[in-house]
Amino acid sequence: MNPEPLYGLMAEFESPTALVEATHRAREAGYRQMDAYSPFPIEELTEALGVRPTRLPLLILIGGLIGGFGGFFMQWYLAVIDYPLDIGGRPQNSWPMFIPITFEMTVLFAGLTAVFGMLALNGLPMPYHPVFNVPRFALATRDRFFLCIEATDPLFDREKTKRFLQELHPREVSEVEP
Amino acid sequence: MSEEHLLPPAEPGRPPVIGPGHTFASVTDKISSIVLTQPTSRRWLLGLAITGTLVLILHIAIAYLLVEGVGIWGVNVPIAWGFAIINFVWWIGIGHAGTLISAILLLLKQSWRTSINRFAEAMTIFAVMCAGIFPLIHMGRPWYFYWLLPYPNTMGLSPQWRSPLVWDVFAVTTYLTISLLFWYVGLIPDMATLRDRSQSRVGRVIYGILAMGWRGSARHWHRYEKAYLILAALATPLVVSVHTVVSFDFAVSILPGWHSTIFPPYFVAGALFAGFAMVLTLAIPVRYFYGLEDFITMRHLENMAKILLATGLLVVYGYGIEGFMAWYSGNPYEVYGALNKLFGPYGWLYYLLLLCNLVIPQVLWFKKMRTNLVVLFVVALAVNIGMWLERFIIVVVSLHRTELPGNWNMYYPTIWDWATFIGTIGLFVFLLLLFVRFLPMISIFEMRTLLPEAQVKEGNGAEQSQAAPAQAEAKGGAS
Repeated sequence: MNPEPLYGLMAEFESPTALVEATHRAREAGYRQMDAYSPFPIEELTEALGVRPTRLPLLILIGGLIGGFGGFFMQWYLAVIDYPLDIGGRPQNSWPMFIPITFEMTVLFAGLTAVFGMLALNGLPMPYHPVFNVPRFALATRDRFFLCIEATDPLFDREKTKRFLQELHPREVSEVEP
Repeated sequence: MSEEHLLPPAEPGRPPVIGPGHTFASVTDKISSIVLTQPTSRRWLLGLAITGTLVLILHIAIAYLLVEGVGIWGVNVPIAWGFAIINFVWWIGIGHAGTLISAILLLLKQSWRTSINRFAEAMTIFAVMCAGIFPLIHMGRPWYFYWLLPYPNTMGLSPQWRSPLVWDVFAVTTYLTISLLFWYVGLIPDMATLRDRSQSRVGRVIYGILAMGWRGSARHWHRYEKAYLILAALATPLVVSVHTVVSFDFAVSILPGWHSTIFPPYFVAGALFAGFAMVLTLAIPVRYFYGLEDFITMRHLENMAKILLATGLLVVYGYGIEGFMAWYSGNPYEVYGALNKLFGPYGWLYYLLLLCNLVIPQVLWFKKMRTNLVVLFVVALAVNIGMWLERFIIVVVSLHRTELPGNWNMYYPTIWDWATFIGTIGLFVFLLLLFVRFLPMISIFEMRTLLPEAQVKEGNGAEQSQAAPAQAEAKGGAS
């Protein structure tokens, strides 16, 4: 056993089909602590990894509701309570006139939640990540597809996992320094 | 969203949306080379110098305005709105095509949008920036712009929530914010590509910061696509609301020629018409100068020409309804307003408008014309001018002769009006030139998904996948 622990082992593939197949095989072999990297979104890959549906849509809904109710409340409070203007006895709570801004605030807050929620759930911005220690990983944003089995997986064993990955016909298997 | 990314790229019987013979690597290298390796061209520097000069003229015009006040413009009573509002509405409208291409065509699963959406979104942001300048400098004392916002103060000051002008503040700032976020989110994976491909340390650091550590993880892509799709779904009603609110600025007043229920849809259609004309005006030269014929194909240009024709007909329908409603209302002021548009002192502008927006776009009915770049470019330019004239007619011609003849007046723009307007055109092109030089003008990761290799082939993997989800459920997933 090497003295230096690893972050994981990474296999490189040349096509999305090979990556999806390898991910299925790794999951069948019982590996769970792993991630796949690709230069564009692949729906089958999300399924193969068994990624749970994200909570993001719920967060966006909550953000939008806060924006909408907050926006309406802001207008209602200012127009009715804080700064009422009596113009010929017309109603203070002229709610139809408050709808455009209520709508805009809903969209604004939902949109901000979508972007910052996505970044937060993804843990971005992240200045350092071990996978970048693999020199060929730079191709993950060009034309190569990677599967990384992490050392935290209970089944992870440096030699056995490496042999397993090599059976998947990757282009290359590399060790990922932590 | 991932679903339509995985649509077969070429529908049978239609020209492809990407040239033949491309691979993941070639698409990546071709688009990123414009930013990373191609030498800065003389033409680009010349363009930057010319538009930079126009930006300086804009600065001078605004500086002089701040010193002297709005009296340097041609505005008067009753034509208090003049160039500032014409240009505001014109620029905002141009921005709308970008959102239509990026959001609405995404939701409609039009995969051909992929090679033009980044560019169109950039156009939106720069157009909205140019638009935003005008109401600010038209306020007279722009340094008090924050009085438009609700904030606690000791001056007894509060926004009037029942005014469309206040709605406009919220609509336009929301539109700019959401457009910027949408654009940036789309850029993140491409920033990572540039970070990994850049040969210079400065490039790696700057693109690295912008990429925020993006590594293309499947879990990240999953949330990313959700966020992107929901942003598109939010931007779609937003874009309609923005120009609707802009039209309320006019329609909620009781001025003859403005007080009309056709205004919101008519403005939205006009915005898309103007916007697509601007996308074509920009895409045709950019495609030529950067050799992007493989990515922005004739099919893209032809599709945009068809949308131009369709939205143009909607706008012309708006003209017809305006005239009809004026006559049908039986209101003598409305009738006079309609006749004044045709036969008044600004009548010649209305005929020019009809030439630009009604007559010239009709050539687009013919495929031969739609696929002729010169014709397409000339039509797009004509529509740009026509839509500006439309805003001029709505603002000035309606205001210059209202109910009381004692209030009648003429509007003559001064050199400062023109300097500000041309200055914003310079600013717009200046920003676009910087954009095409320093950011990938075509979404690289979305172009990769258009390639046939991007499809996961059914095979061994598919058989095994049936076992995998069951296992996943049993063990409670792996996230």
